[in-house]
Amino acid sequence: MTSTQTLTPAQVARRRRTASMKATWRLLRANRSGMVGLVLLVAFILVALLAPVLADSQGLEVTRATGGVLEPPSLHYPLGTDDNGRSILTLLIWGSRISLFVGLSATVISMVIGTFMGLMSGFFEGRSAALLFRVTEWFLVIPFLPLAIVLASVLGRSLLNIAIVIGVTSWPGTALLIRSQTLSVKERPYLERARVLGAGRWHQMTRHVLPNVMPMVFANTTLTVAIAILSETTLSFLGLGDPTRVSWGSMLEDAFSVGAMTTGAWWFIVPPGVCVVLVVLAFTLVGQALEEVLNPRLRRSS
Amino acid sequence: MTTTLVTAPTTSPVGRHRSYGRYLAGKILGAVASLFFVLVVNFFLFRVLPGDPARTLGRGRFSSAAQLAEFRHTYGLDESLPRQFVTFLHNTFTGQLGISLRYRVPVGDLIWERLWPTVMLVGTSTILATLIGVYIGMLGAWNRGGPFDRVSTGVTLTLYSMPEWWLGLLLIAGLAVGIGPLPGLFPTGGLHSTDVDPSSLKGVLDTAWHLTLPVITLTLAYLADYSLVMRSSLLDELGEDYLLTARAKGLRDIAVRRHHAVRNALLPTTTITAINIGFVVSGAITIETVFSIPGLGLLSSEALSIPDYWVLQGAFLVASGAVIVANLGANLLYGLLDPRVRT
Repeated sequence: MTSTQTLTPAQVARRRRTASMKATWRLLRANRSGMVGLVLLVAFILVALLAPVLADSQGLEVTRATGGVLEPPSLHYPLGTDDNGRSILTLLIWGSRISLFVGLSATVISMVIGTFMGLMSGFFEGRSAALLFRVTEWFLVIPFLPLAIVLASVLGRSLLNIAIVIGVTSWPGTALLIRSQTLSVKERPYLERARVLGAGRWHQMTRHVLPNVMPMVFANTTLTVAIAILSETTLSFLGLGDPTRVSWGSMLEDAFSVGAMTTGAWWFIVPPGVCVVLVVLAFTLVGQALEEVLNPRLRRSS
Repeated sequence: MTTTLVTAPTTSPVGRHRSYGRYLAGKILGAVASLFFVLVVNFFLFRVLPGDPARTLGRGRFSSAAQLAEFRHTYGLDESLPRQFVTFLHNTFTGQLGISLRYRVPVGDLIWERLWPTVMLVGTSTILATLIGVYIGMLGAWNRGGPFDRVSTGVTLTLYSMPEWWLGLLLIAGLAVGIGPLPGLFPTGGLHSTDVDPSSLKGVLDTAWHLTLPVITLTLAYLADYSLVMRSSLLDELGEDYLLTARAKGLRDIAVRRHHAVRNALLPTTTITAINIGFVVSGAITIETVFSIPGLGLLSSEALSIPDYWVLQGAFLVASGAVIVANLGANLLYGLLDPRVRT
């Protein structure tokens, strides 16, 4: 080890960051359910990324379907076929892309709005901050599904719109979390010191407040993805998804509209639902583990 | 730079507890503002659409310009925006929410008629889910890390990750249609059989039989929320000093739990229950669709495919209004139960 005197402040900061990331990873490794979630998550992301390798995209086209209508699982179609004769397994693999894509992009939108609103209403004072807080509370109270339905029916049915609808309706939880974090960081001595040294609001916010609330944002993101994927499935099931794409939700919509549960075609209902449950569970478990590691209040015993 | 956080402790302990009246007034004012904002959103969302609202609303159902103009006139779309807003407010307050494009009856009547199946379904499920969920959460937290806690946390987390309507589909396939040689035990949908008078005793039992599966589905879906919240709030309480004191006094375990820990841990659960009562109206959209129960939820999801904008607008108004009122109720209740939040 070289002596610390020769290190520049930037190097010290980088070392400290690496060390704390390593410590976080160690704590995370020790969290069993978090690791289970992480493994599941990596598996699903790999499937989504490798979809073109795992299944031919031609299998998605109704006109090129090779199987019979609602065939039960066989060697050729491991999970059976849908009402158009397409292989369920192929639909499932390609559907993971849409579900994950919508879930992740909705989360990005939600995080950006939530972090901005939380920081602003926490950092600033007076009427405008109070107004921002009111708006946050309003969005928190308004029931998600009716608002999402109204928005989705107004905006029209496309992949991006469904992500926007979910993002725009799911940020208030994040905003409240960020706000309370900002309020507590704002009172710490090092911020007072920064103010005394003449730091402007922008500097305080980007250099001190934001880095401190970022870990919480990160843990919250993971939990938000879970909710966003669930929401995508529900909106698609109600027929608000992109009609040209196959997602797990739209598969279930199809299954419901052809009455798969009354005709006994369980292979059309069970696999998409199981995938949704596993992915949502994976994100939830990882999110909870991250929260436990990053939030000292929750870190107590076991 | 002073904040409320800093100034609060410096006031005298007596003055810190504001009177319940002022707390009440503040909360009511907030609820009224929220309701007004719902109306504003409701109005502008459908009018500030790109393009011509009459065309969007009609979705190509007009063949001639005269028909289009008549449609505009009936719905007041040929007036200026501020005038339209005033008319809209007036109509809303007098209970006229427009005419359904599909049913050709006033939306207000339609919603009123469809409200009761929903209230019955979600009300029953909420009560059951609260009771069972709180109990599970309590047992789990009390024996944290034990076998019951591990199993119940696993099950509730899985239920939490599940789209509730998918669970409904599975229950229909398993219990209403039947698997293999096993016969179905429950009807696959609807609110009552066609040949039974719904007001007779037989009719009531018949309705209960129809509602069993949907109620089970919703109860399982809601239960996860309650038990997870109850578990974590009881875990928070378990670290508190007053519990140690209670034990040191020689109180038995069950007395400590029942009279000290659970009482305090129930506070957050009370709030969630009160808020969820507001979601009664909106919570059942998917479940009613799956089980074809003619409530508000099915009304909304059917209106989606038309799209029947006035019905959607009305349903959104009723759903949000219910949540805002319930939320107000929760706040008032919380203020009564826990004087600390009045500051």
